[in-house]
Amino acid sequence: MGLIRTQEETGRHVRMLTHEIRSTLDRHTILKTTLVELGRTLALEECALWMPTRTGLELQLSYTLRQQNPVEYTVPIHLPVINQVFSSVRAVKISHSSPVARLRPLAVKYMPGEVVAIRVPLLHLSNFQINDWPEFPTKPYALMVLMLPSDSARQWHDHELELVEVVADQVAVALSHAAILEESMRARDLLMEQNVALDHARREAETAIRARNDFLAVMNHEMRTPMHAMIALSSLLQETKLTPEQRLMVETILRSSNLLDTLINDVLDLSRLEDGSLQLDVETFNLHAVFKEVLNLIKPVASVKKLMVTLNLAQELPVYAVGDEKRLMQTMLNVVGNAVKFSKEGSISIAAFVEKSESLRDSRAPDFFPVPSDNHFYLRVQVKDSGSGISPQDIPKIFTKFSQTQSLVTRNSGGSGLGLAISKRFVNLMGGHIWLESEGIGKGCTATFVVKLGIPGLSNESKFPFAPKVPANHGQTDFPGLKALVMDDSGVSRMVTEGLLVHLGCEVTTVSSSEECLRVVSHEHHVVFLDVCAPGIDGYELAANIREKFTRQLEKPLIIALTGDTTDKVTKENCARFGINGVLMKPVSVDKMRSTLSELWTNGFYTRPS
Amino acid sequence: MDGVVQLQKQLVDYIASLFHEGFLDEQFNQLQQLQDESNPDFVVEVVSLFFEDSERLLNELAKALEQETIDFRKVDAHVHQFKGSSSSIGAHRVQNVCITFRNYCEEQNVEGVEPWHRCLKCLQQVKHEYSLVRNKLETLFQLEKQIIAAGGSLPAT
Repeated sequence: MGLIRTQEETGRHVRMLTHEIRSTLDRHTILKTTLVELGRTLALEECALWMPTRTGLELQLSYTLRQQNPVEYTVPIHLPVINQVFSSVRAVKISHSSPVARLRPLAVKYMPGEVVAIRVPLLHLSNFQINDWPEFPTKPYALMVLMLPSDSARQWHDHELELVEVVADQVAVALSHAAILEESMRARDLLMEQNVALDHARREAETAIRARNDFLAVMNHEMRTPMHAMIALSSLLQETKLTPEQRLMVETILRSSNLLDTLINDVLDLSRLEDGSLQLDVETFNLHAVFKEVLNLIKPVASVKKLMVTLNLAQELPVYAVGDEKRLMQTMLNVVGNAVKFSKEGSISIAAFVEKSESLRDSRAPDFFPVPSDNHFYLRVQVKDSGSGISPQDIPKIFTKFSQTQSLVTRNSGGSGLGLAISKRFVNLMGGHIWLESEGIGKGCTATFVVKLGIPGLSNESKFPFAPKVPANHGQTDFPGLKALVMDDSGVSRMVTEGLLVHLGCEVTTVSSSEECLRVVSHEHHVVFLDVCAPGIDGYELAANIREKFTRQLEKPLIIALTGDTTDKVTKENCARFGINGVLMKPVSVDKMRSTLSELWTNGFYTRPS
Repeated sequence: MDGVVQLQKQLVDYIASLFHEGFLDEQFNQLQQLQDESNPDFVVEVVSLFFEDSERLLNELAKALEQETIDFRKVDAHVHQFKGSSSSIGAHRVQNVCITFRNYCEEQNVEGVEPWHRCLKCLQQVKHEYSLVRNKLETLFQLEKQIIAAGGSLPAT
C-alpha cells in the first residue's frame, strides 16, 4: 500500500481501518489491529500504545507494532509532554527524544523520523469493573505514539494527521463496545452461577418439605393409634361399674385424651396450612344445611349453659354454594364454639349475609344468561355473643397460635388455642378474612368472617361424556343423544318445546307436574327445562329438589327455566339461589334453543359423540 | 295456470295476509320450521291440541265468571295458560287479549260490579279472537290438504 497522497485516499483508508478495527470485539485484538493497520497505511517505523496503569499515576507501554514482547516500561503520567498531548484533540508532534517516544534503539548516525502522539479516550470506567483497567483514572486516556521511518525525510502531512485523529476516536468506540461485551458476559456468567445455586437450594428445600411431610404422615398414624386406643377404652370403661372416684378419674382421662386428639389434628392441619400444602376440597354443597347443622351441634351445649342461640340467614343467601364444606363448617364451629365457651349467660346470634361486591352485576336480562366467569359471591357471617369479651390489647394476639390470654383461661375453657389460628388460615385460603371486635372485658364479642364461595353453574360442572344409544339420523340433528326433560303444565307449550328439542336431535321426555318431574328425572338427563311461571308450581323449589335428588355432582342435570313473564320475578339472584343455570323466554325460537344447547356443549356439559 | 301452482300461490298469499293482519306472528314460522320428514304433521298436531286446550279453557273461564264470588286467582291461572298456549303457536291477537285480561284480573281488589263486567268483556274478546284465528287456521289447513291431494308440495318455509 502506497503512501496516502490525497484527501480522497485518506477517506478510503479511514473507512478501511475503521472496518478492520471494529470487526472484532476483543480488546486486545482491537488495539493490535489498530497499530498494525496504521503501521501499514502510514508506513510507520513504529507505533505504540501506552495505557494508564491501575494506579492511574503512570503510563505503561502496552502494545507495540514491531517489537514482539515489549519491555513493560512505564513513564509517569504527569510529564509535560503527556499533558500536552492529553489536552488536545489533535495529533501532536513530539520530540523523538521524549520518554514516550523512546521505543527503538537509536542508531545514532541516522535521522530519526518525526513522531506524533495522540490521546485515545477510554470510557470512564467507574461503570465497569474490568479487572486490569484502572478504577478512577484522573486522565482517562491512553497514548498512541506513531513514528515515521528514520532516514526517510518524510514529514507528517495534514491528511495523515487527520487520519490518525479519526482512527484514535474509532479505537475509543471499539474499545467501549468490547468493554460492554466483556461486562455483559461476566454478568451472564454470574447469573448462571446464581441460578445453579438457587436451583440447588430449591431442591434442598423441597427435599426438606418432603421429609417433613413423610415424618408427619408417619407420626400422624403413630400418634393417632394410641390416641384412639385411649379414647375407645376410656369410653368403654365409663360404661362399666365404677366408684365415684374412679368415674371422675376416667372422665378426666377421656377429656384429656379428646383434647390431645384435637391438638394432634390441629397441629397437623396447621403445619399443612403453613407450608401451603393444604388444598381445599371444593364442591357444591347446601349452604343453608351447614348453618343448620352448626346450630344443631351447638344447641345442646348452649342450652346447658342456658344460652339462647339464634340463626338468621339473609333472604338472598344462595341455598347452594361451591366451596370446601367441611372446613367452612369447622371454621363456623370454632367461632360459634368460642362464643358459647366464653359466655356464661345471655345470648348468641349468628347471622349470614351476602356481601355486596362490585363483581355482582345487577343485570336483569330476562333472557338466557350463562353464569359469568366471575361466578362467586362473598359470604359474611357474624357471631355476636354477650360473654366475657376481650380487652383491646389482647385482640391482636387472638389469632396467634398457642397464645392464651390471662383473662380467657378458666378451668373449664380447655382448648388448645389453635382453633382460631386454623380458622384464620382456612378463611384466608378461601379468599377472605376474619376478625374480632369487642368493647372490652365483660362487654361481649363479635366475630366476623367473610369468605369467597362459588355459585354452582355451568363452568363448575361437567357431565360424563355419554354414548348415544341411537345413532344420529336424518334431519337436523345438531345434538344427537342429548337427553332432555321438559316440565310444563300447558299441553301446547309442552308439545312445542318437545318438537323444538326433537328437531335439534334431542331425546325428550315430557312431564306436566312437579311430582312427575321429580319422579321421572334421572341422572341420564343432561338438561331439565322447567316452566317457572305457571301459577301453582314453585319452579324454584322444584329446581332445588331436583338438584338434591342427586348426591353426586356429575349426576346433576343442568336446569333451565322457561318463562313467559316479562316481569322480574325471575331474577339472576333467584336462579343462583336455587341452582338454576339459565333462563329462556317463551316462546323459544329454534335458533335460540340451538345456541343455548351449543353453549352447554362448549362448557363441557355435554359431549357430542365423535 | 296449473291448478296446483295456483293453490300454492293462494296459500302463500293467505299466510302472508294472516301475518299482515296480526293473527299470526313469528312463532308460527318457528313451528313450521320444526316440521320435517320425521315430523310431517307437526303444525297440524300442535294447532289441534291448541284448539282442544282453548275450548277447555274457555269453558272453565265461563264457569269461573258465573260464580257468586269470583276467584280471580283461578281466572288468572286459566288466562295465564291461555296466554301461554297461544303464544306457543303464534296466535298473536289472542295472546294480546289474554295479556289485557290478566291485567284486569290483577285489579281484582276493586270492589263492586266493575271488575266482573270488565272480565266478562275480556272473555268475550278472547272468544272472538280465538274463533277468528281458528277459522283462519282451519282454512289454511284446508288449502294445504288440497295442495297435497292435487299432488303438489307445500311451499318451504
